[in-house]
Order: sequence, then structure tokens, then C-alpha cells
Amino acid sequence: MSGPRVDPVTGTETTGHSWDGIEELNSPLPRWWLWIFYATVLWSLVYVVLYPAWPLISDSTKGTLGWSSRAELAEEIAMVEEGQADVRRALRETDPALVPGDPELHGFALNAGAAVFRSHCSQCHGAGAAGFTGYPNLLDDAWLWGGTVEDILFTVRHGIRNDEDPDARWSEMPSFGETLSDGEISVLAAHVRSLPSGLDPLSGQGGSLFAEHCSVCHGDDGKGDRLQGAPDLTDAISLYGDSEESVAQSIIVGPFGVMPPWGGRLSEEEIRAVALYVHALGGGEPAGTAADE
Amino acid sequence: MSSQPTEPQSLYAARVPIFPRRVKGVYRRLKWWIMAATLAIYYVTPWIRWDRGPNLPDQAVLVDLANRRFHFFWIEIWPHEFYFVGGLLVMAGLGLFMFTAALGRVWCGYACPQTVWTDLFILVERRVQGDRNARMRLHDAPWSMRKARLKATTWGLWLLISVATGGAWVFYFADAPTLARDLLALRAPGVAYASVAVLTFTTFVFGGFMREQICVYMCPWPRIQGAMMDPATLTVAYRDWRGEPRGKGLKRAKAADDLPTVGPRVGGRIPVIPMPGVSGVPGAPAARAAEVREPGDCVDCNACVNVCPMGIDIRDGQQLACITCALCVDACDQVMEKIGRPRGLIDYVALSDAPREAAGGAPVPAWRHAANFRNFAYLALWSLVGAALVFALFIRPEIDISVAPVRNPTHVTLSDGSIRNTYDIRLRNKHGEPRLFLLDTGLETEARMTIQGEPGLGVTVPADSLKLIRVHLTAAPGTVAAETAVTDARFWVVDAAGGERAHADTKFNGRSR
Repeated sequence: MSGPRVDPVTGTETTGHSWDGIEELNSPLPRWWLWIFYATVLWSLVYVVLYPAWPLISDSTKGTLGWSSRAELAEEIAMVEEGQADVRRALRETDPALVPGDPELHGFALNAGAAVFRSHCSQCHGAGAAGFTGYPNLLDDAWLWGGTVEDILFTVRHGIRNDEDPDARWSEMPSFGETLSDGEISVLAAHVRSLPSGLDPLSGQGGSLFAEHCSVCHGDDGKGDRLQGAPDLTDAISLYGDSEESVAQSIIVGPFGVMPPWGGRLSEEEIRAVALYVHALGGGEPAGTAADE
Repeated sequence: MSSQPTEPQSLYAARVPIFPRRVKGVYRRLKWWIMAATLAIYYVTPWIRWDRGPNLPDQAVLVDLANRRFHFFWIEIWPHEFYFVGGLLVMAGLGLFMFTAALGRVWCGYACPQTVWTDLFILVERRVQGDRNARMRLHDAPWSMRKARLKATTWGLWLLISVATGGAWVFYFADAPTLARDLLALRAPGVAYASVAVLTFTTFVFGGFMREQICVYMCPWPRIQGAMMDPATLTVAYRDWRGEPRGKGLKRAKAADDLPTVGPRVGGRIPVIPMPGVSGVPGAPAARAAEVREPGDCVDCNACVNVCPMGIDIRDGQQLACITCALCVDACDQVMEKIGRPRGLIDYVALSDAPREAAGGAPVPAWRHAANFRNFAYLALWSLVGAALVFALFIRPEIDISVAPVRNPTHVTLSDGSIRNTYDIRLRNKHGEPRLFLLDTGLETEARMTIQGEPGLGVTVPADSLKLIRVHLTAAPGTVAAETAVTDARFWVVDAAGGERAHADTKFNGRSR
């Protein structure tokens, strides 16, 4: 075909392209559209020079501006931390028991504490802080070592039953598997299971076993002792399960919990924040509640 | 049939500038009024004040992005009420469908910002450089001091309008007087300057230089509108059955033998693209050449072409580039009056009129075209959405409560055996002042309520805000709630000052064994 053809119906030139007899009309593209195309190409070249663009084996080209999303993030974090400097200092220096009286500081502590909790505590205590068998539920009002802000702070700082921190507290439940006979254990387990319904801990056959082996730590009234981390056996909460088998197993083994000290690992404000957070979860006790009551 | 031009047409076309001539008439007057009204609305609205009390902004129309509020006179829209905005968009869409179905592209011709601002820019151009012929001469003239001065004046005025346009936009998003002061004092936020700069650039380029290119090549609307038009839709068209064969003076006698056809359009003229979906384009005279011998009313004076801001010839038939601004109607009517022929050679005509009028039938009144079932259906839908929105606006509560139960864990056993559930409750206070909200579980719920961090059951919610509180419900051991896996619970909130109430239903999880 020689020369452009004009479509007789529309009077428009064709481009000369024809598919199965269907011809493409030449409706010319505006020239500025072409310029915009060139402009975008040019833009991409400038971009490639200025910004990280080409992937390499383990990295990418850096770009002459030296920009990176990580550096930008670090900068933003630094900016936020700078903005938080005052409130962080306030949190470090205020008596923890007084923080709940300051809504703004308390709000900051609760949010910061929630973040710390998710990172460092939820592995054992659960994301919702409800715990698991053997890992205390932090939402309820039963505390092995005390539930005031100060008590919780001490527990978080030093942990439980660890060699890293000399101030860590140790609970000392012995294993009765070899001391007591199977019969005695099953009588004692049944006895302990009936304590929450109001039974006198020292009554009956189980009562005499209780007085002999248990009341030293758990008390004559069975309400436990927070100085030794001995749980209250008369409440509705059982850390290791309340079936007959679980209670018997606890008597045989003498279970205990382990918690790492966070004193050296987290900053002072993080420790205080997470203690305040746990205290506010629903079971926190008001300041001044003596640990041994 | 095919001719063989020597030079093949390029695949790219430069824009050929268009110099619309000044025109007077009914539609031009209407367009001036609409331009004045739309521009006034755009520039003035952010400056209208509206007293809402001390805690709320006093700007009548304000899109408060930072606080997630939209203020429109006495109406305040929160983010969760975005369905109002959605409803308005639906209404705008339906309204556009309705107008397009009945009156063709009236939006394009009269109200589209591209049309309004281009019109304004052409006005400036004409005031500075003169009418069509003077502007064409100036355009073709070599550069001189006079040309530079006139062009610079025109562009300077365009730039002023553009800055004002970009400037007015940002006032919708912040307190206008404050922002105006900050903008002038160079201490406004960077995003404000960036918005002004971008809108200044687009206004300047779109209104000054791209004009019809925007409508023909960039806007999707002309393509969509074809689907909404039918043969009963009124649109600007040339009564070819009256006008053809066209011709001037002495030539008119032999015009019949020399009918123009739609020739190849070379250079950068806008190609004649028929509206999609509209077939039987009026004004394709070749087909009727054999029947017509008498000279038609069209004196081929090109007045309709000269006034057209799109640079098209309406006599080529209804086409995509025609925005139906009706300026050619005014221009042609003036000419028809001068030569003593009836007006309306170019007019608002429906496609279905063509065969009837060509056969000598009387013109159908415009309202008869508009009053058809489809347009009434659009109107009914539009009114229905509007009525629903107004209804929703009036039953909208001033206070609101929503409850999200904490599900990890679903419940907590306390040492005395009671069961505690925890809920995150959001309280909305839409009043302009802080209000004390009293919470209650009503008689339906037997559990005891406590609010975390609050001694009582009252919470003060700040003005125009949402407050999140954590609430515990504790059911004593032995109660139905504590011993049943799931029971119903309800939270009531009462505005202590106004007495307005709202409630939210939820569940209480008991001992699950």
C-alpha cells in the first residue's frame, strides 16, 4: 500500500494498519501528551539518581540524596522520644502510687505499659493477661506476692525464683510425693478442694493432715501468706487447676513459678509503666494494703 | 473513493489556538449569571461565619481534617456519619444523570469549573487583547513590545485569578481569616502553600492554555454521557433540513450542486468524534443531496464556528467535543434575525425531532421532551435519597454509645467466685459543651457496674468528642448471669443535663462449664 488512505465514511486518514479488513483511523494524539510521556521518563531518570532504585545482590543503589525509609523511621522515633522526654522523666521520678492521681501521666503509663506487656509479658501471661495453668491470671484480684502498685513493681523488677537477682523472692512448696501416702494425698486433695465452699481448714481427717503439713505456709485459715508467695486456698481461683487430680498432683510435686527479673533489661520508666498497667487491669489493690494481710 | 494526499498526517497534533468571538444573547446572559453565582459561591463560602459556641469553629463550611469533622452551617458530620457525604454524592450522581438524560451536557456547558474558569480567562483575554480578530492578529504577529505587554498583562491577570482560586480552596480546610493571615505572614503549614501552588498551576494551565483539550482528551465525562442520552434528549444541534444546502449570496443559487461533505480534518483541529451511543448524527448532508435543490437558511457565515470555545463546527453534527454551551445558538440567532429568517437554525433540539421536522412536522416543545418516564424515574430516585438523608439528619441523636466487649478473656473469675466481664465503651458527645454522662445497666442486667478510674457511674465527656472508657460488670456467684454461659446485657447512657438517652446491647459471659 502506498501513501495514507482516507476512510470514505469519516473522512479521516488511516494509519495504514489493517486487521481482517478493519482499518485503524488516525485520530492524532495531542502533542502535549507526548511531552508528558517524555517528562515522566525524565522524572524517573532523576528519581533513579536521587533515590535508592536498583536492587543489588544484598542491597540496592543508595541514591545521591542518601535517603532511606529506615533512617526516616529512626528519625521519627527519635523525634517522638524527644517529645516524650518530659513525661518519661515524670514517670521515673513520681512515686508510682501517686501516678494514678495524675490522669495525663497515668494515661501515658498505661499505653506505654500495654506496649511493654505485649512485648515482654504476654508470652507467659497471655496477650489478654488472663494467664494459663501455672501462669498467674493478672486480671483477677488474687495475688501471690501482693497487688498494690509497689508490690507489682517489686515483682516485675526482681522476678520470682531466679538466680540472676539476689532480691528475687522464692516460694518453697515442698514435694509431698514421698512424705505422704497415696491415701493421705487423696484425702488431703479432697479436703483442699472443699475449702472454697467454707469448710474449716482444720476440721476432720483432712484437717489434721492440713495442720501438720500445710498450715505453716498457707495458714490455719488456709488464706495463704503473701510473704512466702503461698496462695490463698479458700478462694475460687486455682493457679494449677481445681480438679481432684490437679490438686493431688500439686501436693505430690510442689509446683512453683519462675519469672525473670526485668530490672536490668527494661528501662526504669518501662518497668514502672508495665507495673501500673498490670495494676489497672482490674485486680489492682489500693496503696497501703499490707503485703502480709 | 479514497483520495491520496501527498503528505501523510502526523500521529501527533499540536494544539491550534482557538479565539472565540464575543457573542450576545439569551444563553450568553444565562452563562454570565451562572458564572457569577458559581464563582461567588466558591470564593465567598469559606468566609461565612456561623456561631457554634465557644468550643467549636465558627466557620459555616469547614472540612476539619485534623479533628475529623465536617461542619456545614448547623450540620456537623462525624466520620461514622460519612453516609451523609455518600448520600450527597449519590444525589450528585443521580442529578447529573437526570440533567444529562433530559438536557444533554448542560453540566459541561454551564456549570463545570473547567468551563466557568475558561470563560473567565477568555473574558480577561478579550478585555486585554481585543476580540477574535485582534487576538488572532496579535497571535500571528512577530514578537514586539506591544505583544509582550499585552501577553504579560493577560498572563498576569490569569495568574492572579489562579492564585485566588488555589487560595480559596485551602480556606475550606482551616479557619479562613487565621489561615489568610498566616499565608501572608509566611507561617502557614507547608501543605497549605503546596495546595495553593498546585491549584494555581492547574488553574493557570487548564484555563489559560489547555482549555478544550481538557474536555476532549482528559475528561472521562463526555464519554460517559453518551450512555445517558437517548433520541429524546435535548442537545444543541443544527437544523440541517432547514439550513442545507448552505451558501453565501450569489453562490447560494448553485450551492445545491456543491454540497460540502465532512472533509479530512488536518492539522490540530479537534477531530469530529460522534458521541458514543448516538447514531444518526444530524447534519450529514451528503445523504440528502439528491432531494434538496432550494438553498437553505444557512448563509455559511461561520458565526457559529467563530464563537465556539471548543473550536468545532456544530453543523458537522453532535460530537464529543461539543460541550453544549449554546453560544452558537446565540450567534446564529443574531444572523437569522439580520437576514430575516426565523431563529433557531441552531437550537436545543432532540435527535427524534430530525425526521419529523424534516418532513415538515411542527417542532415539539422542549418540556415535552424532558417529561418522559426515565427523567421522572431519575427525579424520583433523587428525591428518595434526599428525603432519606433529611430524615436521617433529624433522627440523628446528639449523644451516642457503642460497646465492644473485651473477649480476651471472655470473663474473669474473682476470688469470691463472682464473674467479671469487661467492656470498652465509646461515648459520643455531639454538643458544643462538655456533658456529664450517667451510665446505667438498666433492669435487664443483674451484674454490678464499675467504671475503671472513676469512683461513680458518671463520666464527663468533653465538648464535641468521643471518650473511650473501660467498664466492668461483675455478677455475684449463683446469679443467673454468673452461672449461664451467655446472657444479654444492656448499657444505658443518660445525658445528665439534657435527659437524652441512648443504649447499646451486648452479651455477658458467665461460667462456661
